[in-house]
Amino acid sequence: MIVLVVIVAAIVYCIPTFAPEVWPHKKINLGLDLQGGMHLVLEVNTEKVIEAAVERNYQELRELVRKNQIASLSAERPTPYRIAVKVQGRENIEKFKALMDKELRDLRLSSVSDDPESYSATLDLPDAETANIRKLSVEQALETIRNRVDQFGVSEPDIRRQGENRILVQLPGIQDTQRAKDLIGRTALLEFKLVDEAHDVNAAVQGSPPPGSEVLYKVDEDRATRRSTRTPFLLKKGTLLTGASLTDARVALDSQYGEPYVSIEFDRKGARTFERVTGENVGKRLAIVLDNKVYSAPTIQEKIAGGKARITGRFTMEEARDLAIVLRAGALPAPVTILEERSVGPSLGADSIRQGLIAMAVGGALLLLFMALYYRLSGVLADFEVLLNLVLTGAGLAALGATLTLPGIAGTILSVGMALDNNILIYERIREELRLGKTPRGAVDAGFDRATLTILDANVTTLIAAAVLYQFGTGPVRGFAVTLSLGVVASIFTAVVVSRVVFDYILNTQKVKSISI
Amino acid sequence: MSFEIIKSNINFDFVGKRKFAYTFSGILILLSLLSLTLRGPNYGVDFAGGSIVQVKFSGPVAIDKIREGLRAINIENVSVQSVGDARENEFLLRTDAMETSADFTSRLNRSLEAATGSPVDIRRLEMVGPQVGSDLKEKALLAILISLLLTAIYISGRFEFKWVKSGIVAAVLGGAAYFLYTFNVPMHWIIPLALVVTLVLFWIFGLKYALGAIVALIHDVTISAGVLSILDKEFTVTVIAALLTIIGYSLNDTIIVYDRIRENVRKLSKTALGPIINRSVNETLSRTIMTQGLTLVMVVSLYFLGGAIIHDFALALLVGFVVGTYSSIYVASPIVLTWEERAKKK
Repeated sequence: MIVLVVIVAAIVYCIPTFAPEVWPHKKINLGLDLQGGMHLVLEVNTEKVIEAAVERNYQELRELVRKNQIASLSAERPTPYRIAVKVQGRENIEKFKALMDKELRDLRLSSVSDDPESYSATLDLPDAETANIRKLSVEQALETIRNRVDQFGVSEPDIRRQGENRILVQLPGIQDTQRAKDLIGRTALLEFKLVDEAHDVNAAVQGSPPPGSEVLYKVDEDRATRRSTRTPFLLKKGTLLTGASLTDARVALDSQYGEPYVSIEFDRKGARTFERVTGENVGKRLAIVLDNKVYSAPTIQEKIAGGKARITGRFTMEEARDLAIVLRAGALPAPVTILEERSVGPSLGADSIRQGLIAMAVGGALLLLFMALYYRLSGVLADFEVLLNLVLTGAGLAALGATLTLPGIAGTILSVGMALDNNILIYERIREELRLGKTPRGAVDAGFDRATLTILDANVTTLIAAAVLYQFGTGPVRGFAVTLSLGVVASIFTAVVVSRVVFDYILNTQKVKSISI
Repeated sequence: MSFEIIKSNINFDFVGKRKFAYTFSGILILLSLLSLTLRGPNYGVDFAGGSIVQVKFSGPVAIDKIREGLRAINIENVSVQSVGDARENEFLLRTDAMETSADFTSRLNRSLEAATGSPVDIRRLEMVGPQVGSDLKEKALLAILISLLLTAIYISGRFEFKWVKSGIVAAVLGGAAYFLYTFNVPMHWIIPLALVVTLVLFWIFGLKYALGAIVALIHDVTISAGVLSILDKEFTVTVIAALLTIIGYSLNDTIIVYDRIRENVRKLSKTALGPIINRSVNETLSRTIMTQGLTLVMVVSLYFLGGAIIHDFALALLVGFVVGTYSSIYVASPIVLTWEERAKKK
């Protein structure tokens, strides 16, 4: 009875894999190595976020010092994570200390030398604060990447945090891995900066840029010849507005040339800033910079109200669309680097499935044939059980929502061997008992009783190995552990329970004089 | 009468040949260890870091042309290897370097097409950074250690009904491993140390079955890894998975023989252990040969038909299963006897 229920349930769970519309709608998921797709491990460079936080504090400190008119004070950043301050004179020291207590509570005094006339200190961020910054930036990066992938339109992506500052991204079925990588890995920091027209660009490129300015490049690629040209721009360092103030970004078509561009819209605060900046700088050039690359630097014709702007740059439709996505989803808090990339094309995945199935079919057919010849009718019974075992494994995969990978197919192939092993153990035992002169009934009973314990013992070790594999493995290896365990459990069930039921049924209903074994 | 490969009245003197078997195994283990330590395991991209690209061209191309195309985008020191049938025009490119620049795939594609004049399909790309690689290596070794530990506990507990002793062994081992780990002893030293400790503890406590099983286990895994190293195969995550499977499988075989020994010990309490062991091995021989034969058929078909990606995995299993069968007959059970004889002498 139980046997029937299990078999029917197993068949029910296997059907949706071939006909998805049938209840219970649980298909066997194919792993990235079988259906094609991309697996990325990214690292969020949280150090950069800490550097930026220290830089912000440093700028604030200088601003405050200027405002409070503290004289004889020098402040510098000897390393990206530290601020060193030196103050001379009793009065100045008093003022600075008051300032530290009132305004700069975030900073930690890591080393101080306090003389009446000269005070010097090294400031940095407290450990709890840096830990918090790191945590938040990884979370924000995760959220941003998730947004981008959602808008890009990938079915069933898997994006999760891995360890301290790593992010795992799995995109099944993706074809254009290049484009997906661009979309995910781009920092997408949009900045508006004024062009420094007081100084000569070429001089700055040759020598060093004047203080407060920097050289950034505009890169143009000729589509036909694939040659790229780099045009330098001298820009003022202060950022007037960033992508953080955007509310929307969409692709639009230029009415004159039909070229796609990205139209952006600012929030209210951003719109006010944009209006003020354009109003104050009519006739000057405003550069639109994305990830330190200049996209365009149009001359401001008049004050722009309404908070709308456009980013042009000879985009293809696809590029414009992706740019709009990353701008809408927001910038990553820090640059990310790719630590691991594995991608499999759909054609290779299909080949893998085909080869795996062929290997299973050829090996399996040989085995089934041999079993039938060697153990005759009982061998045929074992063969049916092996097939049942495959159905059970498939059903288990579907019911658990587990993923079938290429090593997973190998695991299934192995578990076919193990399933037969269990039958062989029982059959050999029954043969031995028969040789001792027992009746068929007695031999079957003794055979099952003795072999069952051995089977359980022997399979527990395989289950232990599979459990460890599951813990340690990544995607494909996990698939192997899952199918192997399912196969082992199913084979215990078929060999110990199902065969027993069949043997008992035959022995009880027929008057058996000899067993075909 | 039934059709039989192994006759039921067979009686090989397995135990008598154990000196010969020990020598043979000893030589194999020595060769394996020599290859593993002198040449070092050939770590694949998973553990060493680097890149693998599997490409398929539409028409026949020369390997030199592929190299030329790679040089054009500054990729040197590449091994180019043909995959599968030559008519498939499919190649595996391997290098130690890792290219993370965003437009790498399209540059590679363009450059290969330009150099060979044949459209190319990038079918698989695996790039692993050195940090991820060493993390994976650590994890893999830890997995091997844990599964050895767990199986050691299981066998000693299950076979000798000495859960307390096996608990002590486990606690000592776990503690020692953790202690060494906190002192930054590299994982590949902790594993052999832990194994030596296990063997000594089993010997002292007289857990003879567990001792035999663990010796057989070490024997199988070492020789499998050694053969892979001698054949200069790469150690990848899937190969490690195969080694862990071999652990489970080797035990499976050993346990079946042990079960029979225990049964016969109870039944024939007056007979000496040597003949009992020999008889048990012979009685289970038919099953051992049948099962191993059938499983090997599956693994061989996986090896030949399963495709390039699964090739090394199947090879590792193949070696492991053959060695595992041999060791359950010639190593695991005779060790029990050897221990017994030594213990009696004292």
